[in-house]
Amino acid sequence: MKTVKSKKKRTGEDWLVDIISYTLLIFITITIILPFMQVVTISMSPSHVVNESGFHIIPTEFDFSGYKQIATNPAFWDSYLITILRTVIGTACCVFVTVLTAYPLAKSNLPYRKYIMMFIVFTMYFSGGMIPTYILIKNLGLMNNFLVYILPQLITGFALIITRNFFMGIPAALEEAAKIDGASNMRVLFGIYLPISLPVLATISLWYAVTHWNSWMDNMLYVTNEKLYVVQYVLQRILSSGKVDETADFTNIVIHTETMKMAALILTLLPIVCVYPFLQKYFVKGMTLGSVKE
Amino acid sequence: MIAQKQKTKSVKNQSKEIKKRKPGFFTNLYNYRDYYIMLIPGILFFLIFSYGPMNGLIIAFQDYYPLKGITGSNFVGLKHFKALFSNPFFIDVLKNTLIISFYKLLICFPAPILLCIVLNEIKSPKFKKFTQSVSYLPHFVSWVIVSGIIIEFLSPSRGFINIIRQYMGLEPIFFIADPKYFRGVLVISDLWKGIGWGSIVYLAAVTGIDPSLYESAEIDGAGRIKKIIYITLPSLIPIITVMFIMESGKVLNDSFQQVYNLLTPATYEVGDVISTFVYRMGIEKMQFSFSTAVGLFKNIISFLLVMLTNYIARKTSDYALW
Repeated sequence: MKTVKSKKKRTGEDWLVDIISYTLLIFITITIILPFMQVVTISMSPSHVVNESGFHIIPTEFDFSGYKQIATNPAFWDSYLITILRTVIGTACCVFVTVLTAYPLAKSNLPYRKYIMMFIVFTMYFSGGMIPTYILIKNLGLMNNFLVYILPQLITGFALIITRNFFMGIPAALEEAAKIDGASNMRVLFGIYLPISLPVLATISLWYAVTHWNSWMDNMLYVTNEKLYVVQYVLQRILSSGKVDETADFTNIVIHTETMKMAALILTLLPIVCVYPFLQKYFVKGMTLGSVKE
Repeated sequence: MIAQKQKTKSVKNQSKEIKKRKPGFFTNLYNYRDYYIMLIPGILFFLIFSYGPMNGLIIAFQDYYPLKGITGSNFVGLKHFKALFSNPFFIDVLKNTLIISFYKLLICFPAPILLCIVLNEIKSPKFKKFTQSVSYLPHFVSWVIVSGIIIEFLSPSRGFINIIRQYMGLEPIFFIADPKYFRGVLVISDLWKGIGWGSIVYLAAVTGIDPSLYESAEIDGAGRIKKIIYITLPSLIPIITVMFIMESGKVLNDSFQQVYNLLTPATYEVGDVISTFVYRMGIEKMQFSFSTAVGLFKNIISFLLVMLTNYIARKTSDYALW
């Protein structure tokens, strides 16, 4: 960033700042990487190595029995499929409704816009909480229903606001020209606004997709039918099966080996790692797109 | 009287007199019907899934029975709120929540600022990019997975830290199940997951700093430490204020997903927080009204806290959320 050529001698202070900065960053990086390495190593080690004392950071012997165990577990793959379905359908619905809501709210001439925004922003700071939501979902008949994964989180305030802010930055002249040609508002939105809003669409799509992939609380609270379980919740139960816990209602008590637990964890993590380059590219941009952070 | 007022008004804005009268509510609805039709799904969503539960908060003042429903249950006033403060578990839970939040505010809030400042001092773009890529990753990982990773990494028999302790001749510690260390585990795991992501907003603010500021400071003979103190940090103050407002509003919004996945009965006394308490009381023990009262108490205090910190921020500086 600093364009001044640093031809002059480095002072002691320069060295000090460099040493502290690099040490700190290397320390943080290692602290973040090491736990991942241990999990990967355990997932692909034979159980006799896992039970031995010593560091498990780099695999010494390879054995994929943990992955085999999880691969032959139909409940895991069923939940994987449900999660993929939920992520795809959920993200599509979320993005559609968010765009549809953001577009009118980006129009500065829309009457009562201020009140509608207040109506929405208030929900970002105050909510009914867990129990009233639970009772509502129950009364709506959404218990044990696939729709419970999609409907209650159609719009996130954050996504709505960054989309709206992006739309507000689009020059009005584009729209006016189209309207003179007789285009309807829907046409303006889908024909003109969306094609030039790809960065923000990518941001909110990834945002919603990651949220859907990672969520499990709605499963725990509202779904008891094992056929509808999502992968994060199945993983949660696999991981906690060894823990002394009151969640001992596991009907088919299977002893999950440590390698199998870690293999399940890696498989659940894998999709996130695969889309991570995109996440980074668009999310970081998205964070700075809207004027409202978070 | 009214007519007179209107007259004086019209005299006042003679220039604007040509402007049409403000159209009525229904005229507006009709003229902008396309927009309002588009808004229907969104408004319905917020009405049902955000304001619906708020309406359900009534049961905090009732003896709610699922069979009788909200309209049929008896109104009992503040009974559950009185029960709340005489409930010894609730006092402990409130204390735990506040202590854990305080530690998090103390450690997890300044850490991303430090990371941002340190990253800003790195000249090698490759190293900078790599560190950022690594540090953002845990943010996208669910708490189920993060707690699985943390439990594994802190395991007394295989965990990295305990193996080091073993080599040093120390006894292994069962961090997850030891009440002495559990709050530390919560804070550290939060830090591990959030430090990189938290630094993004600050980095965005740093890129907005005018480079000529640094140049002129250099001409005046300022070293790098002076430049951090007198240029980088002051430019971050506005965003730090905003972030602090948001964070302090969350003092009672403990992270349910984190605590639920790490908590075991062995650590209830130090780690049980309001949201896990609400979950156990409400969903597991079916005490709907009581647990709703707990949740409502939490939400009202949180809301007031955000308002208060924002008010202070507006009074004392130019930066506030709204």
